[in-house]
Amino acid sequence: MLIRLLRSYLRPYRRELTAVLVLQLIGTIASLYLPSLNADIIDFGIVTGDTGYIVATGGWMLTVTTLQIVCSAGAVFFGARTAMAFGRDVRGEIFHRVGRFSAREVAQFGPPSLITRTTNDVQQVQLLVVMLCTMFVTAPIMCVAGVIMALREDVGLSWLLLVCVPVLVIAIGLIVVRMVPQFRKMQDRIDQVNRVLREQLSGIRVVRAFVREPAETRRFADANTALTDTALRVGRLQALIFPTVMLVLNGSSVAVLWFGAYRVGAGEMQIGALTAFLNYLMQILMSVMMATFISMMIPRAAVCAERINEVLDTEPSVNPPPEPVRELPARAELEFRGVEFRYPGADEPVLRDISFRAESGRTTAIIGSTGSGKTTLLSLVPRLIDVTGGEVCVDGVDVRELDPDVLRDRIGLVPQRAYLFTGTVASNLRYGNPDATDEDLWQALEIAQARDFVEEMPGGLDAPIAQGGTNVSGGQRQRLSIARALVRRPEIYLFDDAFSALDLATDVALRVALRPHTRKSAVVIVAQRVSTILDADQIIVLDNGSVVGIGNHRELLGSCPTYREIVESQLTPEQVA
Amino acid sequence: MTTQTASPRPQPSPMGRGFPGMGMPVGKAENFGVSARRLLDRMRPERYALTAVVALGVTSVAFAVAAPKILGHATDIIFAGVLDPRAGIDFGELAEVLAWVMVLFLASSLFAWVQGRLLNNVVQRVVFRLREDVEAKLHRLPLRYFDGQPRGELLSRVTNDIDNVSMTLQQTLSQMLTSLLTVVGVLVMMFTISSLLALIALAVIPLSVIVTGQIGKRAQKLFIAQWRQTGALNAHIEEAFTGHQLVTVFGRQRESETEFRRRNEELFESASGAQFISGLIMPSMMFLSNLSYVVVAVVGGLRITSGAMTLGEVQAFIQYSRQFTMPLTQVASMANLMQSGVASAERVFELLDAEEQEPDPVDAAEIAGRRGRVEFESVSFAYRPEVPLIENLSLVAEPGHTVAIVGPTGAGKTTLVNLIMRFYELDAGRITLDGVDITRLRRDDLRSQTGMVLQDTWLFGGTIRDNIAYGRPDATEEEIVAAAKAAHVDHFVRVMPDGYDTVIDEEATNVSAGEKQLLTIARAFLASPSLLILDEATSSVDTRTESLVQHAMAALRSSRTSFVIAHRLSTIRDADLILVMESGRIVEQGTHTELLERRGAYHRLYAAQFAAPDPT
Repeated sequence: MLIRLLRSYLRPYRRELTAVLVLQLIGTIASLYLPSLNADIIDFGIVTGDTGYIVATGGWMLTVTTLQIVCSAGAVFFGARTAMAFGRDVRGEIFHRVGRFSAREVAQFGPPSLITRTTNDVQQVQLLVVMLCTMFVTAPIMCVAGVIMALREDVGLSWLLLVCVPVLVIAIGLIVVRMVPQFRKMQDRIDQVNRVLREQLSGIRVVRAFVREPAETRRFADANTALTDTALRVGRLQALIFPTVMLVLNGSSVAVLWFGAYRVGAGEMQIGALTAFLNYLMQILMSVMMATFISMMIPRAAVCAERINEVLDTEPSVNPPPEPVRELPARAELEFRGVEFRYPGADEPVLRDISFRAESGRTTAIIGSTGSGKTTLLSLVPRLIDVTGGEVCVDGVDVRELDPDVLRDRIGLVPQRAYLFTGTVASNLRYGNPDATDEDLWQALEIAQARDFVEEMPGGLDAPIAQGGTNVSGGQRQRLSIARALVRRPEIYLFDDAFSALDLATDVALRVALRPHTRKSAVVIVAQRVSTILDADQIIVLDNGSVVGIGNHRELLGSCPTYREIVESQLTPEQVA
Repeated sequence: MTTQTASPRPQPSPMGRGFPGMGMPVGKAENFGVSARRLLDRMRPERYALTAVVALGVTSVAFAVAAPKILGHATDIIFAGVLDPRAGIDFGELAEVLAWVMVLFLASSLFAWVQGRLLNNVVQRVVFRLREDVEAKLHRLPLRYFDGQPRGELLSRVTNDIDNVSMTLQQTLSQMLTSLLTVVGVLVMMFTISSLLALIALAVIPLSVIVTGQIGKRAQKLFIAQWRQTGALNAHIEEAFTGHQLVTVFGRQRESETEFRRRNEELFESASGAQFISGLIMPSMMFLSNLSYVVVAVVGGLRITSGAMTLGEVQAFIQYSRQFTMPLTQVASMANLMQSGVASAERVFELLDAEEQEPDPVDAAEIAGRRGRVEFESVSFAYRPEVPLIENLSLVAEPGHTVAIVGPTGAGKTTLVNLIMRFYELDAGRITLDGVDITRLRRDDLRSQTGMVLQDTWLFGGTIRDNIAYGRPDATEEEIVAAAKAAHVDHFVRVMPDGYDTVIDEEATNVSAGEKQLLTIARAFLASPSLLILDEATSSVDTRTESLVQHAMAALRSSRTSFVIAHRLSTIRDADLILVMESGRIVEQGTHTELLERRGAYHRLYAAQFAAPDPT
């Protein structure tokens, strides 16, 4: 999964990656060349007392160093750009993909999960790419080049490499292998501790009301102890790493000196070469160490890559038609013909055999208990999801054959959960109609019974709105959300339980004001309160996904027992009659 | 923090945190000294362990620092052998020297290991206690405190900030100590070998400080920009995904994507810039290190030819100078990390310092009889002093009666409940339960008498069974099921994958708002208190189910005093007393019939609720 993601999204940056590779190669060779120059200074300068040689070689060393820094900087430049471009591209692709998702795919992942995948997960993989471009690339180069240089200095000591490198790899490996699962466990336990705290904060009233502080403290203490236990275990392993590495490194240098001394004594090796060999060995060991640590990041990045691929591999279930209908008569008419909707694999459909017609200037109300499929029914109209049987027609054309823009242009939806975007009152109201004048906005606010409080807000129309609309009350949010749909002046209004957050007086005033405005539109209202829909031209009673009654209030009272039950639960007997 | 990438010491940060502090804006502590001292104060109980840590650290570093010098002797022995081929290398002496070095290295590693372990224990214990204190503090804070700040902010304090403190302590304490000791030790060793060369090497310090400082400053700016743009981009993503439905239906997909692309591109520019600039630190430090290497080699070479130094000494010196820059860079980066850690600690301390609720009276009154008579005597209360909410309010709820509170949003209905539960302290007047002032009771005793169901349901992460039994953990299975049946959730629970063992939490998506409310009602049923408070308890439940629950509740209510707040007037028609509230005052009270006859505020509300709109 990780490889697939990296391969497909790094492909456009092959040239940059090649540049990174070449530059790192040159840079690494340059830095590896330095100990050899130092050896020369010792062997040919110091031993013979040739000061000129020392200075000349020193100058050459600085030149090489300069080359090295230029190459490193270049590699960092291309590496950084590639890694960040990779992140940008993957993020862009996910965002684009999610934009095409239908409500079903969004619900399947859940918005929070999609957000994490687009942000954190991409960041994790991106971090790995950064590391790959900087340290991980240099490590093998450093290692191979180091080996070559070391061999050039002295082949006789090369067996030491064969001992020291595996010892280091095994030593670190043993620790790291134990650490990785502990790290994962620790993350879980941090999450657990934070979850308990989050719950305590959000449920503080309940905790206090039920006098559960001692129990909560115990619950927290358990989580805290579990976390500390794991942290101690991780820490114990972590404390082992540095001393172990140092011991291996230092032990190796002692070994080199000891065995090197024999070769120098036998005249098979120069003393400068011994020093250089030592330096190379250190460099090789360091690079091996670096590579080992970076590989620790791979499992995590792989998990993230998998989560990213899951999104990228999900096909949207709602797609625009290949030859969309762009022209259609403005009749403001919505019709359901034998509509069925079922989730794939489900035994029972959510909706079955739904047929009705909502016409211009008329109000259609949909009522039914929780879980009867009311919201699902509305979602079929703007194609947030698609029917699995029958058809939904707007102005006589199946919505699946319409150009999505044309279709959605005709629809004004007020969702159950009012959601506002960061910006101002005005920018939110203009969300569905950027060309609306201030006058249009005020008119919509007036109908939505929101004029008064908007006028009182500092800045009026320009008053800031926080993300999600959290800086206004639930009822205000709902009214702004209604006004937003009104500004659009659509042919078909879909109100999904949009009046529930309003107090009853406001509810009534709003519906009265709405009437003249929607004279040329079809209005569909999903409601829980009978009082909201008493005057609807037709009421559709849903029960377990089926229509159990269509008619006006009076008709249904006589003909539909379910409707009667709903009404009786809300109204007094006098009112029912 | 920008020097993090240059961290030369193997420092595997906990996975997922990436490189500590990278890209994280340095939160500056308001009062660095004070907060840092308080943090140290919290380590006081660990002072013996800490003394041991320092002692071990000093020894370990001293050994590690001394070793290269002795290793230099080894080179000298070999060199002497080369210079005098007839005598050859004195392998006996060499063996002895190397054996000593090996012992030093071994001891150094051993000490470092013990030190690391000890320190880790200390840090974990300190952080454990800090978490414990914070959690305990949460239960002692008045609710007013929680109202005063956004929940996210508080949550971040108790989670992220503590995590950050823990990470900082762990990383800085050990590294700071070793790095500083190493710098000092290495410097001492360099001077003992050759003061001339030592001075040359020292010249690198200001150079590297300038270079890292300059690069750091530039990178810092870019990192802050990157941080801000990441925030902006994430906010956009969050909005687009959370409001996905709206974006789609309002046909704003294209605009949303254009906006996304612009921000994504901006982020790319600053992020790659920041990465590049900070990535320059390592090569620059390497260059400086090499520069001093060359100078030391040249000067050292000259000194050897002039006989002022031995080859082994130069060798040792070069090793030292290589060890010198690493800890320096580290100290610099630690300083940044510490800044952010102390800033976090400061925020945690602020929480710990916050004023607590009044402690329970020592000679607390006992609740006798459990009758459940509640009386408000000229109560005044305001959340914020400048906005008076409840003024001079009096009311009586007789035992076994149901008192309904109605009125528009913001009238203070929920506030009354908060006051009965003593979530807030009164500004004036008093509330009595069975004649006893509630401030004379222990809060736990008062609240044990009370069952509360709120509009905002709250379920904790656990099984459905545990959630229902929240108020009475010792309840039997039969009692739990009976409560669930009374609340009409038994069927719903049984169709869940694991029935009563199904794990749910606050974000549970498989439980609707209405079902959550029913679960919390079951919870209150089971707790079986003498005082029942229902605050919009069935607002998300459809009316049919609601009326069924109502019946069950009626049985529950008959034997105890209840307060019911409801939007839907149908819910409260049978109440013994209906209070109509408007802006903190009770404007009307009486039974349903009485109030309707009065044709006042209640009648208006009632008419509004049930009247059809005027079809003009």
